[in-house]
Amino acid sequence: MTALASDLIQSVDWIAVAPPTITAVLALAILVADLFMPPQRKPLLGQIAVGGLVLAGLSLLPLLHGSRATFCLTAGSHDCSYVTDHFTLVIQLLVFGGALLVALLSLHSPDNLPAGEFWFLLLSSAAGAALLPAARDLATLVIALEVASLPAFALVGLKRDDRLSSEAALKFFLSSVTATAVMLLGVSFVYGATGTLHLAALADALGHTPHQLDTLARTGVALTLVGFAFKLAAAPFHFWVPDTYTGAPLPVAAYLSVVGKTSGFSGLILITVIAFKHYADVWGPALAVLAALTMTVGNTAALRQGPGHSRSAVRLLAWSSVGQAGYLLVPLAAAGYAGPGSDPAGHIGATVSYALMYGVVNLGAFGVAALVAQTSADNRIADYRALYATRPQAALAMAFFLLCLAGLPPGIVGLFAKVVVFSSAIGAGLGWLAVVMAVNVVIALYYYLRWTALLFARPEAAARAPETEAEAVPALRAPASLKAAIALTALAGLTLSGAPQLVLRFTSGTLF
Amino acid sequence: MNDTFLRWVLITLLVLPLFGALGALFPAPPGLKGRDPDQAVLRHGVSITGIVLLLTIALAAGFDYAHPGRMQATTNLSWISSAAIRVHLGVDGISLPLLVLTALLTFLSALYSYFKMPEGPSAKSFVALLLVLEAGMLATFAVLDLMLFFLAFETVLIPMYFLIARWGSDARDRAALRFILYTVLGSVVMLLGLLLIGLKAGTFDMVTLASDNGSKLSHTTQLIAVLAIGIGLAVKTPMWPLHSWLPDAHTSAPTVGSVLLAGVLLKMGTYGFVRIILPIAPQGAHTFAPYLAAFAVVGIIYGSLVCLAIGRQGSGGDLKRLIAYSSVGHMGFALLGIATLTPTGVNGALFANVAHGLITGLLFFLIGAIKDRYGTTDLDRLSGTTGAALYGAAPRLGALLAFGAVASLGLPGLAGFWGEMLAMFGSFHPAAGLSRPAYLAFMGLAAFGTLLTAAYMLLVVRRVCMGERRVSDAHEQAEWAAEGSDRQARLRNDGRPQSLRVGGETNGESGESTAEPAASRVLVDVQGYEFASWTPLVALTLLAGLWPAVLLGLTDPAVRTLLGGN
Repeated sequence: MTALASDLIQSVDWIAVAPPTITAVLALAILVADLFMPPQRKPLLGQIAVGGLVLAGLSLLPLLHGSRATFCLTAGSHDCSYVTDHFTLVIQLLVFGGALLVALLSLHSPDNLPAGEFWFLLLSSAAGAALLPAARDLATLVIALEVASLPAFALVGLKRDDRLSSEAALKFFLSSVTATAVMLLGVSFVYGATGTLHLAALADALGHTPHQLDTLARTGVALTLVGFAFKLAAAPFHFWVPDTYTGAPLPVAAYLSVVGKTSGFSGLILITVIAFKHYADVWGPALAVLAALTMTVGNTAALRQGPGHSRSAVRLLAWSSVGQAGYLLVPLAAAGYAGPGSDPAGHIGATVSYALMYGVVNLGAFGVAALVAQTSADNRIADYRALYATRPQAALAMAFFLLCLAGLPPGIVGLFAKVVVFSSAIGAGLGWLAVVMAVNVVIALYYYLRWTALLFARPEAAARAPETEAEAVPALRAPASLKAAIALTALAGLTLSGAPQLVLRFTSGTLF
Repeated sequence: MNDTFLRWVLITLLVLPLFGALGALFPAPPGLKGRDPDQAVLRHGVSITGIVLLLTIALAAGFDYAHPGRMQATTNLSWISSAAIRVHLGVDGISLPLLVLTALLTFLSALYSYFKMPEGPSAKSFVALLLVLEAGMLATFAVLDLMLFFLAFETVLIPMYFLIARWGSDARDRAALRFILYTVLGSVVMLLGLLLIGLKAGTFDMVTLASDNGSKLSHTTQLIAVLAIGIGLAVKTPMWPLHSWLPDAHTSAPTVGSVLLAGVLLKMGTYGFVRIILPIAPQGAHTFAPYLAAFAVVGIIYGSLVCLAIGRQGSGGDLKRLIAYSSVGHMGFALLGIATLTPTGVNGALFANVAHGLITGLLFFLIGAIKDRYGTTDLDRLSGTTGAALYGAAPRLGALLAFGAVASLGLPGLAGFWGEMLAMFGSFHPAAGLSRPAYLAFMGLAAFGTLLTAAYMLLVVRRVCMGERRVSDAHEQAEWAAEGSDRQARLRNDGRPQSLRVGGETNGESGESTAEPAASRVLVDVQGYEFASWTPLVALTLLAGLWPAVLLGLTDPAVRTLLGGN
């Protein structure tokens, strides 16, 4: 009897699950505290959230030594549903770092968001995103993905009385729900064909599916991937991105572009290289085509953003993030081409390195955008003209971030992140994809550079006259949290430029 | 002991400009404030580039001339271990002259700008960009790791972009954008080739790869790699038909930008051919050499013909544009020398590199000076119907321009001669396995190109230096009176700063010069600071022309090592 009980009861490694748990518990605590807190003390909620995210980040420290697993089957294969290896830790670090920076951006957001709801939703979504890379079965994976994205719809639509915001939320919601539905269908097919949900077991089972179930398994694999492509905003499933980003409050757009994207990617990585590794001939070419399409669509659309249009800065960042997602997909596709026999960890490392670089500098760019939004709410690219004259440090930081995204020195980390992506493509024999990406890098350089040049341009004579009047009024002081966010990302970017090894170390294949 | 010292010299001279650039962004420390912030920061630029020049001279002095084929002052540290990227630095007989040339031209540019800051925004960012540019250029010639080479190759782009876009003249935005997009497209393609080599051979180390001599790379790999890398380098060099970014960039760039663009940036392309393509992928180089030679010869003829067309009366040609196209021709000789795959030809190419840096650097300085005085570089506006009569108006400037033009056309006894001669000599006996008749034809065409070069250079001398001094033409007189006098006044004011003002040729006070009757139009002749920044170039042109062994003795052993000891 006791033996049976010990068979049924799984022991939970609380230290391993601490990072997402802390975040989730704190989210609930904030929601409850919001009910009892007088309105004038509401800013405290934001500080609690920031502190909680720091705490969650610190809870990663005890996990650094070796990998841990919990929620394991007590019988049979002893597969585990929750694993913290290096991959998990890196992604969780990225999620918490990203969420922390977004929190710093939103502490003084001019959008006047309802505090309690906002912090609750942000932390819940971060908890989901942190759970995702640790998930090792399809059910946990899907649940984590939904926990990460459901609060995001609400976040996008959080601006009250803003038609654009609600429309953006609806668009995001509909496309995301479609994605989930398609993915669930795929997952159920795969489950039907193999009879297991654990990723490792799936890999074995898919290796020798009975002949009559082969079509079912293949369809399941394809549908699951389509679902992830939606979440990632890979072309041709990208159309929700620009409207959602421009409609959403700016910090939320930053959150989606980094944390949202990271969660999608980590899920895709787990699915492809662990669960579906025997179907590399299916998803390898598919991802290669998706990557080429995504980067081309994103970059050409970003190219067409007129600097004078309303909210064109965020719109450009949105499209460029579509382009960047294309680069992120390249090493994944290369992992598919490397074949089931070889170790994909090096390719995955290239994606992770790139994602880390992208996360830092993209959040930095959004930080400066938030700073500019303080004075010009419309946030057109034209509003960045001569930023160097008024805010030299912010202009220099923005130039650095944009050049990192473009991949040109002094953005050395951006350059080397691109180099490892190229290297992974060439190493897998994907020469054509490398050439497509090379052309895209040049296209992207055009719009990044045009923006960079604008930062240092002379102020327009016409625009100058009314501005001088405005300057007579004491210039709006940037909130300290915003400055801190920009300074943190700039510092991280500079450190990584001096020692790219810090992010590139993952390419040596030590992730799993 | 000596080598450790040199090692630190090399490291310092690469890092110093970067710190200098950072320092330029901060306000000057008390005690170094100077007259005003602009002056202080420009002085900062002069001193940093000056120290770098001294360091390169120290490097050259400590260089072991008994073994110029061996890498010296080497540093080899791990930087990004996971990607096998190492900080591997060193100089040999090929890179040493280029390092000295770079440091010299940058110093002269900084010195020139100290007295004649190009019109544009703050001097602070100008100096910072110049120093970053210098760091990138020096690093290109000193690194021995393919990825680091790529990094250095890219580092120069952003500073040069801003130098053109912010301090340039008309149509500068477009020209600057065109420059950077072209070169980035080229260098990204080059990156693919470099990665291919690195992944197939298992190392990015240029010395190891060169001593393997391509033995670890299959023939196909070499072909693809040479094609990719060659395209990237050919854009930079520039090789016809990938040159079209160059004339615009030169025409719009400020004087200093043009000098460095022609003097150093173009050299990075040919240097890459010699340092990477020839030793690392010899089979690929062998296959593509005849095509490279053909493109090079077309470039020589094409560049010269365009120059002739620009120089023709009534074509509205621009003097800067003309010199830019002449660079296409001159770099054609360097490429032809490389394409012969013989030590003679490659030595010629390297010699032509340095010579072109000196001579074209000088020419762009001179044209900048002409532009300061006349306000235009449009040949037709300059020369009117008979000629601009620079000999009469400003004899020293005229003489220098004639000297530069004659050196550029390859007069024996001046630097321009040896490179072209050796390149053609190399193609008379190309490497084994290359079609000799084809190379003989190339040689004949190149020789014809030298004739065309002579024709347009003499045309320039005739139209700019000679001619009648205009006394009539009242229409133009009025224009001169308005523009010319206050421009000259400004020039004198700019040229005045403190101690370096060399008395003699310009002792008129500014008030006096504005009062001068416009009709007499005595142009300000060469000023002290201009002499200071041009004399080294003139002297070195003469030295290299009269005593080519200085340079050839350095490059020849290194070239033979790279070509596989034949």
